[in-house]
Amino acid sequence: MHNLGLVARIFHALFVAFILAPLLMVIAVSFTDKGYLSLPTNGLSLRWFHAILDNPDFIDAFWMSVWLALIAASIAVLISIPAGLAIARHKFAGRDIIAAFLLSPLMIPHLVLGVAFLQFYSSIGLGGSFFGLVAAHVVLITPYALRLVLSAATGLSTDAENAALTLGASKFTVFRRVTFPLILPGVAGGWLLSFITSFDELTMSVFVASPSTQTLPVKMYHHITQTIDPLIASVSTVLIVLTFLVMLILDRFYGLDKIFIGKG
Amino acid sequence: MGGVNTRLAPYFLTAPGIVFFVALLGAPMLMTFLLSLHSYDFNTGIQSDWTFANYIEVLGDSYFQKIFGRTFGLALLVTVICVLIGVPEAYILSKMSSRWRSIFLLVVLGPLLISVVVRTLGWALLFGGKGLLTMISQALGFGDAPVSLMFTFTGMTIALVHVLVPFMVISVWASLQKIDPQSEDAGYCLGASKLTVLRRITLPQAMPGILSGSIIVFALTASAFATPAIIGGRRMKVVATAAYDEYLSTLNWPLGAAIAVLLLVANVVIIASYNKLIERRFAKVFE
Repeated sequence: MHNLGLVARIFHALFVAFILAPLLMVIAVSFTDKGYLSLPTNGLSLRWFHAILDNPDFIDAFWMSVWLALIAASIAVLISIPAGLAIARHKFAGRDIIAAFLLSPLMIPHLVLGVAFLQFYSSIGLGGSFFGLVAAHVVLITPYALRLVLSAATGLSTDAENAALTLGASKFTVFRRVTFPLILPGVAGGWLLSFITSFDELTMSVFVASPSTQTLPVKMYHHITQTIDPLIASVSTVLIVLTFLVMLILDRFYGLDKIFIGKG
Repeated sequence: MGGVNTRLAPYFLTAPGIVFFVALLGAPMLMTFLLSLHSYDFNTGIQSDWTFANYIEVLGDSYFQKIFGRTFGLALLVTVICVLIGVPEAYILSKMSSRWRSIFLLVVLGPLLISVVVRTLGWALLFGGKGLLTMISQALGFGDAPVSLMFTFTGMTIALVHVLVPFMVISVWASLQKIDPQSEDAGYCLGASKLTVLRRITLPQAMPGILSGSIIVFALTASAFATPAIIGGRRMKVVATAAYDEYLSTLNWPLGAAIAVLLLVANVVIIASYNKLIERRFAKVFE
């Protein structure tokens, strides 16, 4: 930091404080020993973390979100691997249109997706079902998985694959033993980013989830609009800690900046 | 490797995605558009007629004009603030030693992975009646009256800047990475001051990042739901929360659908025209 001027350092400190302030506030409030919203001025207490255990709603919603994100991210990756390889490595009529179509959910506000699924599912009798929630999430997160598969597959040399084919390997063996390992970092990054996007999604899920398929963000949102109490702060603190762990893993293996720019 | 087989291969490979998207994206979107063309009666529900009445109501009614105007103004303000604070921060990050940089990139970009609900909750705690704002104002001797930014435009703006500024930083950061440091050194060698180098060499090269960051922030603010719903509440409705209420409170789905379609069209038009502008103005930078 030695080559930065004083003004730059002060600006940077303020910026970081701005970014961290709300998160630190949530964490601080969750350790309060009082029965109402307050900062833990007379000592830390874990009572609101114990309170989570007495509220199975939040725990159920957490597992709902985990399963939803696991299944949806896996399906999104299964769709993205063949599609990404085709788009990145073949020239064919309609390629640009197909790519744009599969990436189009990025351009659609989540609210619009939400109302569209609400109407669609209620008209075909899937309203509030877990299956419907999974399908909606697959649509939403496939572009994220596809982008990372695309960037991993683009410019990949075909030499190794040709060598394997020449040596008599079947097409499937070539994919399993040569192509797939080569794009694996992109696939894994795409899966993780899809998982997180699905896990955190609120706006679309608010319209699609029913009381029996409530995800954690939806449950938290409904709780906050009713009342803001230390319980919601302790639930949030748990989420912050979990996210931080995932973040460290992502950063260690890919670099956060690369994940977000989508050129992993 | 048969000729026909190879030629059709990409279609087979993309088929699962295309089929899935046609059924589960195409159909719902089409149905929403069709729904927006029906009228609604509060006693008998959705009618089977075809009309533009919902669009006329949304575009003509001063209530909705106010909501669209507020949303647009909010998006513009949040974007401007994100440029003003995000661009310098990205520049500072790019000038740091690599050890500090990796730590602070984590700090600045990490919140993107944390649920928007959690981040907004933090601002609700800071803004609320017993929040930090009140404590600060009491400590500074402004009296005991609680200061609250809940349900205000200012509160929404601050919280949304916080939620979205990482997108600006990452976008500008990406374009700063591409700058050849020698171009800056050349400026210094030729006697330019630090400010001149920043203004004439660094900033123009960072412009594509600033513009693409702006479009991301603008589009995401215009369609933001969670933060305006929690901080703005019923008193400060934006387009997304207004559509939510039409669907889940008033139950006037056709009107909600018209709002959603307008939001989508505005989003696509803004993104597409912005991209065009960037391509034309910065064709050389992208080469």
